[in-house]
Amino acid sequence: MARKITIEPVTRVEGHGKVTIQLDDSNNVAQSRLHIVEFRGFERFVQGRPYWEAPVLVQRLCGICPVSHHLAAAKAVDVIVGAGTGDGLTPTGEKMRRLMHYGQFFQSHTLHFFHLASPDLLFGIDGDPAIRNVIGVALEHKDLAVQAVLMRKFGQEIIRATAGKKIHGTGAIPGGINKSLSNEERDEFLKGADPLNVDKMIAWAQAAVDLFKDYHSKHADMLDNFAVFPSNHLSLVRKDGALDLYHGVLRAVDSEGKKILNDVDYQDYVNYIGEEVKNWSYMKFPYLKSIGKKDGWYTVGPLARLNTCDFIPTPLAQKEFEAYKAYTKGKPNNMSMHMHWARLIENLHAIEMIKELLNDKDIQGKNLVTKGKKQHEGVGLIEAPRGTLFHHYRINDQDQIVMANLIVSTTNNNEPMNRAVTHVAKSVFSGKSEITEGMMNSVEVAIRAYDPCLSCATHALGRMPLEVAMYDSKGDIIDVKRK
Amino acid sequence: MQNRILVYGYGNPGRQDDGLGPALVERLEGERLPGVATDSNYQLQIEDAVAVAESGTVIFVDATVSGDGPFTFTEIEPSGEITFTTHTISPGSILALCHELYSKEVRAYVLAIRGYGWEFVEKLTPEAEKNLEEAYRFLVEKISDIMNMSETVTLN
Repeated sequence: MARKITIEPVTRVEGHGKVTIQLDDSNNVAQSRLHIVEFRGFERFVQGRPYWEAPVLVQRLCGICPVSHHLAAAKAVDVIVGAGTGDGLTPTGEKMRRLMHYGQFFQSHTLHFFHLASPDLLFGIDGDPAIRNVIGVALEHKDLAVQAVLMRKFGQEIIRATAGKKIHGTGAIPGGINKSLSNEERDEFLKGADPLNVDKMIAWAQAAVDLFKDYHSKHADMLDNFAVFPSNHLSLVRKDGALDLYHGVLRAVDSEGKKILNDVDYQDYVNYIGEEVKNWSYMKFPYLKSIGKKDGWYTVGPLARLNTCDFIPTPLAQKEFEAYKAYTKGKPNNMSMHMHWARLIENLHAIEMIKELLNDKDIQGKNLVTKGKKQHEGVGLIEAPRGTLFHHYRINDQDQIVMANLIVSTTNNNEPMNRAVTHVAKSVFSGKSEITEGMMNSVEVAIRAYDPCLSCATHALGRMPLEVAMYDSKGDIIDVKRK
Repeated sequence: MQNRILVYGYGNPGRQDDGLGPALVERLEGERLPGVATDSNYQLQIEDAVAVAESGTVIFVDATVSGDGPFTFTEIEPSGEITFTTHTISPGSILALCHELYSKEVRAYVLAIRGYGWEFVEKLTPEAEKNLEEAYRFLVEKISDIMNMSETVTLN
C-alpha cells in the first residue's frame, strides 16, 4: 500500500511549511514536495498606497529581515524619484544604507549559524532533540553562545543607529537616507568596551569560519554528500565581478560555472526571469527565461553568491574565499551544507565592511538626499541574507502604486529547496518502515540550509504545532504525530 | 539595576492584532513609571537575554490566538524547548539562556492578550482594542504590586 508522510510545519523555519513524502508500495520514495500553505497577498495590499510609503510598508512582510525589504523598496522608489538606479545617491546616502545592510547581514547570518545550524552540527542531525537547540549550545558550548548573543546585539545596534528604530525603521527614504552617523555612535562601534566593538566582532567572525573549517575537516563525508545536486546560481555582483550585497548587475552561472546571465541591468529583470505557478504550492517557481521552465531554475543566497562572484573586496573574507574555491577547484559549489561555510565567509565580509564604513568620513556627511526627474516605474534589487530580493513598483499620475511584484529570496529558492528535500528523502526514507525524529530532522536540515522565511510576519502564541501525518494510498490518514 | 521591571512587547504591528504587545508597551511608555524599562520588537531573539538578565522581573507581552478571556497572566520558568521557529525564541528559552549564560534567575511572566485578526492591516481589531484596555489596567496594577513587594523584601 502506497503511503504519504506529512511533516507540518517545518521547525526552525518561518511560517506554514509542510513536507509530504509519498512512498510507493515498496516503501521507496516516489515523490516529495515542500508545500507553502500561506498566501501573503501583500502585492495587492500595497496597491493604491502612495509610493513613498513603500519602504516602511514592506517591513510588515517580515519580522526577520525587515531591513532587506526596507532597502529593496527604497531602491525601487529611488528610481521613481529620479535618483538613479542604485548608484545615484549621495555618498552619505549610499554608505549609510550599506552600513544598515551589512548590520542586517551580520546579525542574520550570525543567528542562522549559531541558532539554527550549529545545534545540528554540534549535536548531530539525529542527536537528542531535547538538547539539539540553542539552549543545548549554551549548556555545552557556553563561549560560543555568548559570542552569538553579543554578535547579534552588535548587528542590531548598527541597525538601530542607521534605521532609527527596531520596528518599522525609517532610515531609508526616497532618494537617500534621513540621518547620518554621529561621532558618538561611530566611536561606540569602533572603540566600545570589550567585547562590543568592531575589532572583537571581526575576530569572532573569523573564529566562526575557523570553527566550521575544523568541523568540516572531521565530518567532510556528511557535509560534502548531504543534499548535493547540480544547480544554476544567481546573484548581484559588482560591475567588476566583486561580491556586492547592496548593488550591482545580475549574473547567473550554471553548475559548471558557465555564465548564463551575463551581468545585466536588473531594471530589465522581466526580460530574463519568469515565474511559474504550480497547483500544489502558493509559492511561485522562478526560472531563467533563456533556459526555460524545466531547467532554468536557480539557487540564490550565500552558496550562489560565492559561485557567481569573482572575488571578495575585503582581505580576510577574500583569503577564506580563496580556500573555499580551492576546495572545488574553482568550480561552482553545489553542496547544500556548504551554504553554512559560504554564509560564515559572507559574515566575515559584512563585519569587515562595517569597519571600513565606520572609518569613512562620508558616513557623517550632511548631504543625505538626491532627486531628479520622476519616473512611473522602478525596480529595486538587493542581496538579502537569504538571497536575491526583487521589488518592482509601477505608479499612476496620482503617485499611487498600481502594480507591485515581489520575488523574495525564499521564492527564488523554491525549486532548489524541493530538490534538496527530494535528495535527502530518497537517501533517508527509502526502504524504511518507521519514521524516526532523526529522519524527520534530516529533511528539515536540508531546508534550513537555505534559511527560508516562508511567512514570518505573525507568530502569536499557540499557533502551530509540529504535526506528522501518514496517509494511505486512498488519502486516509493512518498515523498522526505531533512534535 | 536588579529590581528593575522590564516590560517587553513583541509582535508585528503591521499584522493587525499581532501588534498587541508593542501597542501595550507604547502606551506604557507614556506613563514613565519609575523603575520600569520597556522594549519592543517583531519577535524575541537571543540577544534579548542580555537585557532580561539585567532585570529583576520581566513581563513579556504577546498576542495569543486562543483563550476565552481578554488576557492571561502566567508566571513562567526557564525551558529548553524547541519552539516552532527559532528565527524567534520563546520567553522560557530566553530565561534558560539567562540562566546558562549569565547565571541569572529572573522572575518572569507572560501577559498574553487575545487577538482575532492577523491580516496586513496596521490597526487592532475593535475586540482586541477592548482586550488591550483591560490588559493595560491589569498590568499597571500588577507593576505596582511587584514594586511594593520588592520594597517589602528590601526592607526586611
